[in-house]
Parts: sequence; structure tokens; C-alpha cells
Amino acid sequence: MTAKVVITGIGVATPNGLGVDDYWAATRVGKNAIGPVTRFDAEQYPSKLAGEIHDFTAEDHLPSRLIPQTDRMTRLALVAADCAFEDAGVKPGDIPEFDMGVVTASASGGFEFGQNELKKLWGQGSQYVSAYQSFAWFYAVNSGQISIRNGMRGPSGVVVSDQAGGLDAIAQARRQIRKGSKLIFSGGFDASICPWGWVAQLAGGLMSTDENPERAYLPFDTDANGYVPGEGGALLILEDAEAARGRGATNIYGEIAGYGATFDPKPGSGREPGLRRAIEAALADAGLEPGDIDVVFADAAGTPELDRIEADAISAVFGAGRVPVTAPKTMTGRLYSGAAPVDVVAAVLAMREGLIPPTTNVTLSPEYDIDLVTGSARPAPVRAALVLARGYGGFNSAVVVRAAD
Amino acid sequence: MGRRVVITGIGVLAPGGIGTKNFWSLLSEGRTATRGITFFDPSPFRSKVAAEADFDPELYGLSPQEIRRMDRAAQFGVVTAREALADSGLDLAGLDPYRTGVTIGSAVGATTGLDNEYRVVSDGGRLDLVDHRYTPQHLYNHFVPSSFAAEVAWATGAEGPATVVSTGCTSGIDSVGHAVELIREGTADVMITGATDAPISPITMACFDAIKATTPRNDDPEHASRPFDGTRNGFVLGEGSACFVLEELESARKRGARIYAEIAGYASRCNAFHMTGLRPDGREMAEAIKVALDEARMNPEGIDYINAHGSGTKQNDRHETAAFKLSLGDHAYRTPVSSIKSMVGHSLGAIGSIEIAASVLAMENNVVPPTANLHTPDPECDLDYVPLTAREHTTDAVLTVGSGFGGFQSAMVLARPERSLA
Repeated sequence: MTAKVVITGIGVATPNGLGVDDYWAATRVGKNAIGPVTRFDAEQYPSKLAGEIHDFTAEDHLPSRLIPQTDRMTRLALVAADCAFEDAGVKPGDIPEFDMGVVTASASGGFEFGQNELKKLWGQGSQYVSAYQSFAWFYAVNSGQISIRNGMRGPSGVVVSDQAGGLDAIAQARRQIRKGSKLIFSGGFDASICPWGWVAQLAGGLMSTDENPERAYLPFDTDANGYVPGEGGALLILEDAEAARGRGATNIYGEIAGYGATFDPKPGSGREPGLRRAIEAALADAGLEPGDIDVVFADAAGTPELDRIEADAISAVFGAGRVPVTAPKTMTGRLYSGAAPVDVVAAVLAMREGLIPPTTNVTLSPEYDIDLVTGSARPAPVRAALVLARGYGGFNSAVVVRAAD
Repeated sequence: MGRRVVITGIGVLAPGGIGTKNFWSLLSEGRTATRGITFFDPSPFRSKVAAEADFDPELYGLSPQEIRRMDRAAQFGVVTAREALADSGLDLAGLDPYRTGVTIGSAVGATTGLDNEYRVVSDGGRLDLVDHRYTPQHLYNHFVPSSFAAEVAWATGAEGPATVVSTGCTSGIDSVGHAVELIREGTADVMITGATDAPISPITMACFDAIKATTPRNDDPEHASRPFDGTRNGFVLGEGSACFVLEELESARKRGARIYAEIAGYASRCNAFHMTGLRPDGREMAEAIKVALDEARMNPEGIDYINAHGSGTKQNDRHETAAFKLSLGDHAYRTPVSSIKSMVGHSLGAIGSIEIAASVLAMENNVVPPTANLHTPDPECDLDYVPLTAREHTTDAVLTVGSGFGGFQSAMVLARPERSLA
């Protein structure tokens, strides 16, 4: 029931790096990838910056028949899944098909695919709508496509909790391994940088309108003025620790040691937000004390009210300034369901090198009594990391990642 | 055996039957709620029928602001969650919000709201660069359908784990299965769970037209949903929601709750075959059924009734018939099987929860709902599908299954908690 669940393979695609090596090489030196939107002409919109992935050509990696039936977020996920298998040194046929599953998160589904079909529906007529609209945009598509491509017939699932979903998926994957599955893919991808996705994100009212790529997304800064959206995510291969060692797995990146999730009280209730409880639940689940945590990867909303809540929760659990806090997502923008899985990747790579990647561009506001790692990366032994993620409306999730012995 | 999970409250909103009582009347009388589409002009579409719910949100207690910000599916979910909570008799004030969680299933989220808003911001499909000056703030809530779980949490005061589960047409089973796991593992004591979908919109009709998944039987809408019938030619799109209150068995007994059923077993598997196609052998659904039975510590002979997916497509009906035989052996031939989609249509992610409600009500009443419109047997579907009229039948345990796009196959076993365990 409480078997150790470890990460044995990673596929990652973010605006500042495709693949584990590129992503870490960029992240450890604080390479920014936020820039002007190039996917469409954003001039007429109040926000004009995004974290885009520029050097990804799906056709180089996937069979041509998959291209017309997939949204960009699915193509990224399928390629990341291939990379994760390779990284783990496992081929799909190595493990019985009912013992492998896929649990992913999605925030907004294949929104660009949906946009294109809505455009045909209203601009041309219903008979022009693609047959693939019946599944290419929906939230379950990545779990379905990954399972089909890799012959994985075991327990699978899909969760949607905005940006918190990436951690909820990892927790659900861990449950399935504890129930007896041998290998579960988990993580999330979103890629809704298209006009229709843009106006939907603008409607939330939390996007930065600053046009300077180094001044637009500044969590915990006096000048915090919203977030910049990005695209991408990560997929992790999770396995039972003993089974992984038994098959001679070469990369055991770390253990998913704890998880906690809460939902905020209804706005206006005056009750405390749920993030602190999520952190405490994750620590308790991992059997760790606050002093055991070497770094916190913050959700880093980038708006003063939400930054305040997060800083208060961290200080309430750890004590003021008692734990290093970082937000490398300042380099990529917020990746929705992909954000937290990418932070889990950053956490295990930080353990491997003994280096906490930086929060770029930010000068910590004196309002917050946290030890934010700004400027450049900080060398430090990392044995256990806490990853936080929040979703619009009040979703709070926390995962503890621990070094594998 | 560790913590066991029971259903102590039910809320249902289905076409032809809003509220649990009306829903059961429809099913037990074998009436159908399918009709010609009235929500928009269906003339451009190949399939012009649907199972629509006549739903006035104000009558069900939603405020004007709630109505404005919520997609129709979110409205359904809040109404059924409130009904389930009231039905459970749980005292909201006495509920520990931190130990109460929410999982809501939905296959297509706010697709109707998105369709409506896209039409406006694109000015009828004319603008590529859609106009943000015409977006309402609630468009973000449509963008991320996790807003459905948020709305239900706000409506019920839950502050434990909350999420939307979106596994296509098995979402309604998987959402409840997810909630069961949270109680079993001790993360929550009470879960508000279920599913909702309101997909009857032009974009949904268009995409199912494109793959000929929905029926073109437009001249006879009341009899258009015909699972297991030899003349069936596609499903009828529906809408609706069902929500439940789940509790740990001992605490439910302690407070003297009315216990509808135990969720004794649950499993989900993938076909890893095709996004919309099924392998005819039914093997992955059979595997899910076997694992769910094992979890329930029950032999196939313990199952008294099978609530089928029964969508009314030839490939589905044959697939699941094979799965029942593979998993239950000869007992499949002795067990009544029926599809309520013949009456309430196929509401995508919601239907799994609506079918759990139907299964529980079958246990409550010891009556098995029929498969309406089943006049011409398909020789390849040779089980007892309870044609046309409901049947009195001792029903102590039910198997309910779902099958959907993406290849997901799910099975759940509902039973009386006082049964003896195999």
C-alpha cells in the first residue's frame, strides 16, 4: 500500500528547452524564453507576450497520419512520451500491457484544434467540421493517444484542475502503482496560444499587460502585475521502486514521497485559504518535517494577492525565510497543467546537481519574508523538495519529491 | 477489508426527469425523453434528434449571477450536488470542510458555453483574430472546466481535494471511482461526486455527424435510441447530471444515514487500439469487470443486473456483449442487461453517473429498468436485454459499465453492504 514510487524517465518540452538536457542547461543558468507572441498577430490584444516553443516540428517525430488528428498539445505530449520511454530504458513491449497506464492532466484541452473547427462551423458550415473534432480537443485525448501509441491498457485517467492538475495527475498515478500497476505515465501538457485561447485567458483578468519580456511576469516582486502564459509540460514515468531496480533501471531521479490537495473556502467567507493545509498534508504523507525540505518550487501566480497568500502559507509552515523558494517558471511563463510536472523535473534535476535554479527577473518585495532564490542559481544540497501548484477558483496541490537512495 | 464506501445521497437531472423521483418514474415506466432538437435549428445537421432536459435554473435555486457565470453543465452539477446533499441528510454545519472533497466528471466541459461565446467573439466565424472586447469574464471558467468542481465545492462547502475527472464517456464512472479511492485511503471522509455534461450544441452535433456516430432517425425521434436492436444506427445525444454523497460505511451507520448501496468495486482499463473504435473481443472491458469484481470480493454469480453502456451503435453493442460473456461466463446469459440510454440518450461524461443512479434505484426498488425500443433482436447480441418494459427482479448487486472515446473502459460494482463477502 505504501510502496515507494519513483521517477525513472522524463520527457519535457518547455519554451526554454526540449528534452531533459536542454531544459536543465537553460534552467540552471536562468535562460528566459518569454517573448512576443509569434503564433498570431497579438497587436490588438492588451497582452502581447508568451512563452512559446519555437523549435518543435511535430512532423519530424510523429507519423503523418497523426498530424491532422492532433492538437499541438497532443503532439508535444506524444513526443515527450517517446522521450520518456527512451530515457527510462523501457520499450512498451517490455511490460505486460495491462500493467501500464497513463494518467495526465489537462487544463483547457486541445483549444487551438477546437478554435479551428468552431471557425469552420460558424464561418463555412457544419459539414466542414473535422471528424477528429469528436476527440482531438477534449481533455482525455492525451491519455488516449499515448495509451494507443504505446500499447498501454492498464488503469488510466485524466484530471482537470487548472494549473494544480499536473500534481493531481502525479498523485493519481502513484495510487495506481500502489494498487499494483508496474508503470504509469503521468504529467500534463497545455498549449493554448491561439487567438481563441488568448481571449479566454485574458478574460480571467490575471494576465500581465507589460510588454517588456523581463518585466511582465514578476512573482513576489513589488512590480508584480500578472502572469505570462506559456505552452508545454512534462511527462514522467513512474514505477514501483523495487520493480524499477529489479529491471535494472538506470535513471532513478527521485521519489514521489508525499501529496496533499485542498480547495479554498468560498470567496468572501473570511476563512483561511487552503494552501497551508495542502503543504502540511503533503509533508505528513511523506513523513517529513518542514526542516527536511531543502527547496520549495512555488506556484508563483504573479499577482499581489495570490503571491501574498503563497508567501504566508510557506512562512506559516517553514518559518520566515527558513527555506529557499524558487520559481523557474519565470523563464517560461505559466504552462497550466504542464507547469507543475515541469517543476517536478526541475526539482529532481536540482537534486542531481545540487543546484537550485533561479527565479529570473524578480527583485523580492520586502513585503514577503521568504528566501527567494533570485539572480542566479544557488548551489545547495537538495534531498527533498516541495512543489506547489494552484488552479483558478481555489485548487491547491502540493507534492514532496525526495532523493532516491 | 479497509474503509468501505457507501452512497448516502443522490441527485439526478436527466432528460424527462429532473429529480430522483421523476427520473425513476421515466425509467420504470419505460418512457423515452428523446425528441427533435429544439435548442437551435437542427436543419443543417444529419442527426436532428437529442434528449433535451427542460431545465429552468431559477426554479432550482440558482441566483441570476450563478446562472450568468456558469455553463449549463455547471448549473446541472450544482443542482444535483445540492439535491444529493439534501437527500443525504448530512448537516452542512456539522460537516468537516477539510475532510469533504469534490470530484466531478465531464467529457466535454463547457462546450456549449464555448460554442456560444466563440460565435460572438468571432462575429459569426468571420474573424480569425477574435475580439476580446466581447468576452465575458466567465469565459475563463469555460476555458478550464475545473470551474465545475469549484462551483460544486462552493455550493456544498467542501474544502478538501477537488478536481474534475475527464475521461470522455467513462468520466461519470471514473469520477465516482476516484472519489471512492480518496475515502478508502483516508484522505476524505465525505465526497460530493458525480458528473455533468450539456453537450447539445451545434459543434457537438457537427462533429458526431462527421463520423456518423449519432442516429439519422429523424422521422421518429421518440424511438431513435435503440441499443441492442438490429435496426439501430447510432446514438442519441443527451445531457444531464447525477451527483452523490459518498461516506465511509461505519460513520454513515453511526449517524443513522440511509445507505443506498456500497461501491464495492471499480476498475478502468484502456483498449490502446483506436480513439473511436473498439476491438470486438471486449477484452479490456472484461478485464475491468474482473478487477472490479475482485475488488468487491464477489463472484460473477453475485451480479443480479448489468446496467450496460448500450449506446446504440453496432460496434458498442457487440463489444460489450462479448465483454459480459468473457468476464461473467454463463452467468451473462442469466443476468438481465439493459441500457437506459434508450430513454435518456447518451449524455457523454454525465451518463456514467446517471447510470450509477439508475443502478442504485434498481436496487432500491428491486426493479430492473428496460431497454426501450428493442423490437428486433440483433442475432449477435444474444443476452437478456429486458426489452420495452421494466421487470420486478431481486437486485442486490449491480454491475454498471462505460466505454468511450480514447479507449477508456470502466466497470463498477454496487452492492448491499450487509452482503457476505466471498
